[in-house]
Amino acid sequence: MKKLNIFEPKFGTEKIKKGFAQMQKGGVVMDVTNAEQAHIAEDSGAVAVMALERVPADIRAYGGVARMADPHIIQEIINSVSIPVMAKARIGHFVEAQALEAIGVDMIDESEVLTPADPFYHIDKRKFTIPFVCGCRNLGEAVRRIWEGASMIRTKGEAGTGNIIEAIRHQRMVTSMIKKIESMKNDELKKLSEEYCKSYVNSVEILTGKKVDDNIPVFEDYDYASVKNEIFQILKNIKEVYHRLPVVNFAAGGIATPADAAIMMQLGSDGVFVGSGIFKSANPSKRAKAIVEAVANYNKPDVIAEISKNLGDAMVGMEIENIPKEQLLQERGW
Amino acid sequence: MVNKVSIGIIGIQGAISEHVSSMNDTLESVNNPGKVIVIKDPLQIDKIDALIIPGGESTTISNILFQSGFYKPILKKINENNLPVMGTCAGCVILASVLIENLEEVKLLSAMDMKVKRNAFGGQKESFECNIRIHRFLKPYNAIFIRAPIIEEVWGDCKILAKIENNIVMARQDNFLALSFHPELTNDIRIQKYFLDMI
Repeated sequence: MKKLNIFEPKFGTEKIKKGFAQMQKGGVVMDVTNAEQAHIAEDSGAVAVMALERVPADIRAYGGVARMADPHIIQEIINSVSIPVMAKARIGHFVEAQALEAIGVDMIDESEVLTPADPFYHIDKRKFTIPFVCGCRNLGEAVRRIWEGASMIRTKGEAGTGNIIEAIRHQRMVTSMIKKIESMKNDELKKLSEEYCKSYVNSVEILTGKKVDDNIPVFEDYDYASVKNEIFQILKNIKEVYHRLPVVNFAAGGIATPADAAIMMQLGSDGVFVGSGIFKSANPSKRAKAIVEAVANYNKPDVIAEISKNLGDAMVGMEIENIPKEQLLQERGW
Repeated sequence: MVNKVSIGIIGIQGAISEHVSSMNDTLESVNNPGKVIVIKDPLQIDKIDALIIPGGESTTISNILFQSGFYKPILKKINENNLPVMGTCAGCVILASVLIENLEEVKLLSAMDMKVKRNAFGGQKESFECNIRIHRFLKPYNAIFIRAPIIEEVWGDCKILAKIENNIVMARQDNFLALSFHPELTNDIRIQKYFLDMI
């Protein structure tokens, strides 16, 4: 056989990882716990499924330590659908993430819905071939996760509550902070990037008992000066180039209805994750289809009204004030 | 080429804004005063001179296109006005007439004489970028493959434009252009220019 050019593929480049997230835009990612639910999600038009052992509402009810799902369940789900399969690893638990990559998951959610594993550090996501999505409550968390290599950001919201208020809060926090930095001068941005580095500095100071200076590594091998500078560059790019987050940005944590999905889209989300909202409702298939349509038609009130009809009971929601602070999932991660 | 073209991009799901900006860059680079429109309604099909079906999830895109009544006006415009169509990744799948697996999950436009296999290289871990040779392009092209399909077979008037080893990754038939990769994710606009020349 005559070979005119040699096939030299490059895997896991930034373009490939961010590109995967870009292909998810305008879509709905649905939490599923078995192959049957995965099929319903796929048939309803989900762009991907999130394979879990329990949906967040059940994680809340069950209590205890929530960990990565059983790889066997995840594999069954991978084998049963043709759309991408994502799975969750605990915050900082890079070995769970390695295992998920090994079994062929398409994207990892380093998620506060599971019990955090590392009190100091999130996963160094650049070391992986597959992309990561991470939650955030504000621009600082988003920028830190992006700096650590996340290819996609989502609001944390408050998972398993069926209550949209926290997702809206987090989306608005990010948007308003981006607006604020648009009018900041370079020295103010530098100050802000220092502030955004505080959680790395704090971790190192606790671990070493020493004050951090520019040459001390604060995350993996990256010294404080370079972390500060790279975070400054991300902020500068947001201000001058993107005028939004530089990666795909989804909403998550409390979406229960088509209108919930559409409001997040109107507030600037690129797509939505629906956790307990579908399979904790009276008619999962119908609701799943309606949420998919709502995301595709988020600006058409007549469509939203039509598809919201006769969906049956939504999941039972929870008031955020009634949840003890230590049980709030969004407080996890920093 | 029509002097002032209107290029429609199917705006259901996937890399829509990326196609909009790369097509705008292309129009600007050839001094074409044309415009790029995001297609959200079947009625808009009548107003365009060319159509791009972007990458995303082929099941999601094709099902919403089908349910929302896009296929009829698209096929009508193809038959009556030879509407040029470029399909990238998921769009390439939708342009095909035969699918190897998951037959019921994707609704095909059946515009091109080709058989397509979805996720042919595997999952995201196997997604890659690499230089490919495209027919009549002087220099190699860095192509981005994300859970990409391959064109397993072409027949009739469908012509192969690029291959990776034995896998077809780009083909053309009359006014249709199918790519299993993502030209909208690179700054190289040669493929967009090529498509513009088809209009």
